[in-house]
Amino acid sequence: MSKDALAAIRTQVMWNRLIAVVEEQAQSLLRTAFGTITREAGDLSAGVYDTQGNMIAQAMTGTPGHVNTMATAVKHFFKHFPQATMKPGDVFVTNDPWLGTGHLFDYVMMTPVFLGKKLVAFFASTCHVIDVGGVGMSAKANSSFEEGTLIPHMHIRKAGKLNGELLAIILANSRSPVEVKGDILSLVSANDTGARRLIGMMREFKLTSLDTLAKHILTQSEKGAREAIKALPEGEWSYEMPLDGYERPLLLKSKLTIRRGKITVDFSGSSAASLFGINSPRTYSHAYAVFGLKAVIAPHVPNNIGSLSCFDLVTEPGTIVDPIRPSPVTARHVIGQMLADSVFGCLAQALPGTVQAESAGPIWILSLYSAHGRVPPEQTANAKRFAVINMGLGGIGGRPGKDGLATTAFPSGVGTIPVEVTETQCPLYFKRKHYLADSGGAGQWRGGASQLIEIANRENAPFAISAATFDRIHHPALGRDGGLPGCTGAARHGSGSDLPDKSIHVIASQDSLVLETPGGGGFGNPALRDRALLEADIAAGLVTLAAARRDYGFEG
Amino acid sequence: MKPQAKLAADIGGTFTDIVLEHGPRRWSGKVLTTTQAPELGVIEGIGLVLAQSGLQPQDIGVFIHGTTLATNALIERKGAKTAFITTEGFRDIIEQGYEKRFDHYDLMIDRPVPLVPRTLRFEVRERLSADGDVLVGLDETALEGLAHKIIAEDVKAVAIGFLHAYAHDAHETRVRAVLQKLLPKDVTICISSEVAPEIREYERFSTTIANAYVRPLMASYLYRMRDQMQAMQFTAPLFLMMSGGGLTTLDTAGRFPIRLVESGPAGGAILAAQIAAECALPDVLSFDMGGTTAKICLLTDGEPERARKFEIARAYRDMKGSGIPVRIPVIEMVEIGAGGGSIARVDKLSRIIVGPDSAGSTPGPVCYGRGGTEPAVTDANLALGKIDPEYFAGGKIALDETAAKQALKKNIGDKLGLKDFWPAAGVTEIVEENMANAARVHAIERGRDISRCTMIAFGGGAPLHACRLAEKVGVTAIIVPKGAGVGSAIGFLRAPVAYEITRSAVVSLESFDAARVNALLKNMTHDARAVVEPALGQAKATVQIIADCRYIGQGHEIRVSVPVKTLNGKDGVTLKAAFERQYEQVYGLRIPNQEAEAITWSVTVSSPAIKPKRVAKAKPKPAPPPRSKRTIYDPALGKQVQAPVFWRFDMQPGATIKGPAIIAEDETSTIVGANFKASINSLGYIVLERRR
Repeated sequence: MSKDALAAIRTQVMWNRLIAVVEEQAQSLLRTAFGTITREAGDLSAGVYDTQGNMIAQAMTGTPGHVNTMATAVKHFFKHFPQATMKPGDVFVTNDPWLGTGHLFDYVMMTPVFLGKKLVAFFASTCHVIDVGGVGMSAKANSSFEEGTLIPHMHIRKAGKLNGELLAIILANSRSPVEVKGDILSLVSANDTGARRLIGMMREFKLTSLDTLAKHILTQSEKGAREAIKALPEGEWSYEMPLDGYERPLLLKSKLTIRRGKITVDFSGSSAASLFGINSPRTYSHAYAVFGLKAVIAPHVPNNIGSLSCFDLVTEPGTIVDPIRPSPVTARHVIGQMLADSVFGCLAQALPGTVQAESAGPIWILSLYSAHGRVPPEQTANAKRFAVINMGLGGIGGRPGKDGLATTAFPSGVGTIPVEVTETQCPLYFKRKHYLADSGGAGQWRGGASQLIEIANRENAPFAISAATFDRIHHPALGRDGGLPGCTGAARHGSGSDLPDKSIHVIASQDSLVLETPGGGGFGNPALRDRALLEADIAAGLVTLAAARRDYGFEG
Repeated sequence: MKPQAKLAADIGGTFTDIVLEHGPRRWSGKVLTTTQAPELGVIEGIGLVLAQSGLQPQDIGVFIHGTTLATNALIERKGAKTAFITTEGFRDIIEQGYEKRFDHYDLMIDRPVPLVPRTLRFEVRERLSADGDVLVGLDETALEGLAHKIIAEDVKAVAIGFLHAYAHDAHETRVRAVLQKLLPKDVTICISSEVAPEIREYERFSTTIANAYVRPLMASYLYRMRDQMQAMQFTAPLFLMMSGGGLTTLDTAGRFPIRLVESGPAGGAILAAQIAAECALPDVLSFDMGGTTAKICLLTDGEPERARKFEIARAYRDMKGSGIPVRIPVIEMVEIGAGGGSIARVDKLSRIIVGPDSAGSTPGPVCYGRGGTEPAVTDANLALGKIDPEYFAGGKIALDETAAKQALKKNIGDKLGLKDFWPAAGVTEIVEENMANAARVHAIERGRDISRCTMIAFGGGAPLHACRLAEKVGVTAIIVPKGAGVGSAIGFLRAPVAYEITRSAVVSLESFDAARVNALLKNMTHDARAVVEPALGQAKATVQIIADCRYIGQGHEIRVSVPVKTLNGKDGVTLKAAFERQYEQVYGLRIPNQEAEAITWSVTVSSPAIKPKRVAKAKPKPAPPPRSKRTIYDPALGKQVQAPVFWRFDMQPGATIKGPAIIAEDETSTIVGANFKASINSLGYIVLERRR
């Protein structure tokens, strides 16, 4: 008895320790990264894997699209580099969208960990680097070959020696080589940090292998997820979401089946892949579909391959959720980050009254460039060259019992970038950034407000914006259970005309860029909204009097 | 002759601790905090220690005060009605915050609610660029109308925060000057360029608002306190402990009360620094465990690490991003929900979870017999034999051991199939692991190797858990000082008078603009001296300068020490080298051929450090006979053992005992693990060392 009890407690202690180790790994990456999207917005992930490549723990710091794709990315390395051939000091890299985390911008770095001469684990991490060549952070390419430079599974460090030739190729193919080099080295050092801590932990606990611990973690997590799934009603539910698309509107179809403790999402019947780079490779689709399921069904079960394996996915190759090479995929989150709302649409039927309304969905990545090479050179003769990123985040759907969060990324886990940070990097400046009135869908629980952002150039020069990720411009986030839709997004010139599509657009000198992000959908009948809450919204200017009368039946 | 005695008061959430020192003698007292008028509790406590010591108010030469009043006002939202004035187009920055979910999977999280509602956030037409160029001129004509609105709303505090004011304060100071004429005298006005002149608008605005929000309350309390002291015939100057570990004058505290949050834990870190100096310890892990939380702080070269960001009122205690960020000088520490009152339970995955919620003092742990039904860490310690129920808190609180064991069995043991003392062993092991993990992650965030540290353990709970925590993080030596139970208040008496000023100024280390830096630092040093020197008398101030550096393109910095002298162009190379050395130490590599820059400069002016007594070698003395024997659980051995119980003050300097053992005293007990030996050093501190 006592031996077992002690062993059980020690196992739990080691599990907690592993989570602390990957958190250290993620913090190291965050603090050393160069790209603002990693260091300010948190677009990264970090995790530890057993010798078979099963993810056993992941850092809280990070974003689901990275975490859940990386869960499968590690195993793909083994086809080219079997475990037996790996040496201490090796680090492997790829940015293959299909075998990594969904687009060329994410370098996945994997480091085998040796205790003495024995392989005991892997650390992997990923972050979004600012530029990989090609057409840039734009959806306008028609094939992945145009989107930048793909690095197949390779050594970035071999037996302790950095692969300078590969690094040179990567840097020669980026418009921002300084930042990219810094981020790649940050990834390497973050994994090293994790590896050092893991070895320390194994020595402390006198472990020669992680196998038993890994098995325990995965078994317990799977059990937790299975129990949560068992508590659900059995059945089959379907949901269809019309999406803006790029060259034409798209349809996202999902079917959720819960039977005998198994849960499956089937996206068959969804539109064929777009000609432009908004397609979501299957691994990325899997990440966000499972994120949506797990957040509703088993939010507190640890995220690892044990719990993730309880959720099955069916896709048809060649569709927007499972594009085949060389479909373009740069802005893959435009489709991928819709998948949480898609499965929520099914879950809301299975679990009535418990699932939040639709949200703004894909984060609007504001990729802002100087206009060099996009306008006649005389217009940019005296202009500063720059490439910066900021975020345009919309509202989250109303929730049962609570309003949706305003201007917050969902289902992505990233955040915004301070205006002052961006303005020190380039001559652009924000003229306005504030909540948009009447943007959150009306409901008993209002959808989260979205925002208006206006950006102009201090220099007398044009600048460029990639509209790749500006979605929900035609199809708003719908309400739930009687709630009304959130506002649609808008992207236009300050002088009036809309940006026509998701390609890269030039904003003329002295003009400005105006963005209105989409609002969250409302939850429940607006007539049931607490009048005190409604009056507070009116006083705060989040709901106009006219909209209150129209949507909520306000008598005041 | 000048009065010599020194008095300190630490107002905590539950207790107010008072410490009086006169020469080598010390008296201490604990009274309940009087939340409505905190000065009353302080006065009561002062009466107690004066009576014990036989000293008079006139004998007190200095009075040092720390309080959680500002923190509590922020947590409980009991500050002044506050308005915020900002750049046109940006009134929602303060509510939008990081626009990020701090928990990915919890769909029901709430983001921090700003201290100023949207209806009280006003915009002014103005705009400066990052370089200080005027993009939109300040519209002064609108200020009169704005003043009327502020008066009509009966606002008592106004915070002003404009974009890029961290470097360019012209518009902020102008608006303040105009409003000062238009608003009633009792309306407080704070500007971001004074309160927190650092880049990143959300955090700067948040700090400025928090300062304005607590200022009326704190200023009124501080001046009431001063008046009370005067009425009691105290002639001693009153100093306030700040979160950064320095003391400041009443007037400065009244202007920047946000710098007083977390002053109690800062006092604990100062105590640790003193002990580090006495014992010549370069690397220290300070471990302060009370009823609700554990605080872990790292000292390098005997000094606690400083930071400039803190989060107040986290909705979820251990969850970064769920609170209100403030950028102020703080002693860098991690505080987690792991204290004697932390509640233990079993989750759906059959895992033992401890904290972060606490049973507090009411109802308290089950063993207090005040209605608590959920087992807490103190219940587990009692069940494991680590606490003697008869002598807990000097015998003032009777403990019910049977009830504690029953609750542990019901809530933990029965759910996991654990019998006897095992549920309790699981609870302590998990809380110790939680603290160890927090310490480890904290160390990596600071880039430190924790196993090289000596632990200094104080606060009622720390000596009970110190040996196990040390084993987990690889620490081999622990010191438990005298007066551990009132450690923070003792720390106040050791703090220097100090003031830190911080400014953002991006300076390349490759093409180093020495003239610019010299001008900046001269200005800052002058301002900091103005705060500190009136309190120094004859003593000479010391100056410390830090530059936060990074590779160009990064967003997080490493603190690099700057020589205090007139800098020249070559000092850029020196700074770059120092930066790269530290960078490599923390992250294991350098970025070759990458330029670096300094982002933020801070100048600290402080009174000279008090020269500590150095520990002397104590002649070996025989160990005293144990007072009794108890059965305790030793986690390192994984079994129960018989442990002799020694009374701390039976042990002479030089006496050594082997673990397992218990060294008991009124306010706490030190558990000596089976792998440790304990001795008393020449200063009367318990020194625990891991046996080889």
